[in-house]
Amino acid sequence: MSEKNTHLPGTPLSEKDFQDGNILFNHDRLRGDFAWDTGIAIGSYLAGMKDGVILGGRCDTCRKTVVPPRTVCEWCFRPMSGYVPLRDTGTVNTYSLGYVTWDVKRIEEPEIPAVIEIDGASPLHGIMHLLAEVDPEDVHIGMRVQAVWKSPEERQGAVTDILYFKPIEEEENDSSRA
Amino acid sequence: MGLRKVAVVGAGMTKFVRRAQETAKELTYHAAHQALQSCELVMDDIDGVCLGTAPDSFDGVHMKGEYLSDGAGAWGKPYIRSYVGGGTGVFAPIQGWYHVASGLFDVVLVVAEEKMSSYYPHAQAAFLTIFDHTTERPLKPNLLWIFALEMNRYMHTYGISKEDIARVSVLHKRNAVDHPAALLGNPDITVEDVLNSEVLAWPVQRYDVSPVSDGAVALVLAAEHVAKRLTDKPVWIEGVGWNLDTAYWTNRDLAYPRYVEYAARMAYDMANIKEPRKEIHIVEPYDPFDYKALHHLEGLQLAERGEAAQLYIDGVAERNGDMPVCPSGGLLGVGNPIAAAGLMKVAELFWQLRGEAGARQVPGQPRRGLAQAWGDLMQVGTVVVMGR
Repeated sequence: MSEKNTHLPGTPLSEKDFQDGNILFNHDRLRGDFAWDTGIAIGSYLAGMKDGVILGGRCDTCRKTVVPPRTVCEWCFRPMSGYVPLRDTGTVNTYSLGYVTWDVKRIEEPEIPAVIEIDGASPLHGIMHLLAEVDPEDVHIGMRVQAVWKSPEERQGAVTDILYFKPIEEEENDSSRA
Repeated sequence: MGLRKVAVVGAGMTKFVRRAQETAKELTYHAAHQALQSCELVMDDIDGVCLGTAPDSFDGVHMKGEYLSDGAGAWGKPYIRSYVGGGTGVFAPIQGWYHVASGLFDVVLVVAEEKMSSYYPHAQAAFLTIFDHTTERPLKPNLLWIFALEMNRYMHTYGISKEDIARVSVLHKRNAVDHPAALLGNPDITVEDVLNSEVLAWPVQRYDVSPVSDGAVALVLAAEHVAKRLTDKPVWIEGVGWNLDTAYWTNRDLAYPRYVEYAARMAYDMANIKEPRKEIHIVEPYDPFDYKALHHLEGLQLAERGEAAQLYIDGVAERNGDMPVCPSGGLLGVGNPIAAAGLMKVAELFWQLRGEAGARQVPGQPRRGLAQAWGDLMQVGTVVVMGR
């Protein structure tokens, strides 16, 4: 704001102005229903989930294995060479203890989202998922974890076929320490 | 490159508030009108209009460019809306710059507006739809998560403490006390206050985060021959840069924003800046969360990796320090109406470099400043370098 300007437009309202009806407002709810086809690469990824396998994508030109798989390599812009099954274990790259849900509700027991570097993928290549069966105090970067799957009958071909990842007893490997 | 010189010749803004009574169109008009008044131009003098505004879902209106067109003065003119998420506010003036630098137009109005309060009761839930609908949304992600995940990785990689990161929030909110448009200026806030605030998504706490806000900002850009007729204090856009990292955000290094580095290097090359730490006198890095200011200072090559917090510890970042950071008060202090917040940073450089920033004025007649914003799903960097 320039010191030459004395007039500053903009009229603040409070939540109370809505509640007390001090202002007129129009409340409406948007309805949107969507059916997303999963596509070629993610379709294969989800089919893998149904079989209890995390699929990666391999580019032989760049010698990279990415997850989730995709049809084109972003580095060389060539088609990916193919799919490779990865292990369902990995390392916590980073995590959070979430006390607010996506729709801004407060929760006592935190959700524990994490980026998990999947074993068999290139370094620093992971997926976002949730951690559980662990005390929030004990979660740490570098922690080794394994997927906990729904039973084969319950799987639907969705990322939620993995219920969460849980800690496993293994030697730790922290990719952030060079 | 055969590009024409482009100057910022005028700027205006509204207050940043949690909820504005004015509609999005009305806020847009107020900022645009004030920018025109500041350089004594009228709409007839404007050859084209660039509008920046972020997700349509906040307003519940599709085609927000068209929705806001009357307030932006777009009627009967070449008009375009750009959108790169949080990076929009610094991208809109880049778009205005290439409209003029290319020779296509002589005078362009750049307007950025956001009204986040329409999404009721809180804009947070609108962010769910920025995540991939098949691979991420089923996990019910929260916008705070991605910041918390990145912040945790950043802290862990370089061994940075929550205390040092909290210094950013404290400085910016204190700086904002001197900004008449600010929403969250606080002269008394301390590091302890930040550390004792509500935990939202560890390591992110309430005072680590900028507020949801409504507001608008506008600039007038002019080619050299016009700018010199309009003002004896033009502020030149000396360099611009923008860059995108992979949208597969879980497949890359979260501790270092390489895309910000690439955007900055593009801008430095254009501005012929060889030693940014000596040649940039004021910096307005994007600070929607306190750690982001540090992250970005490192990407901008203004601090070594993992060492940006030292600028705050040593007082370098203070308004009277060697390289003031966010003398405006930033998003943490002034507020974060997304696209408008980014453009506010560019407007702050304009006022600072002209010596018009009043109580916020950085001493020592600074000659060059940098504004940066960041957005999309954590992977776009936009940079503008300005000088007088």
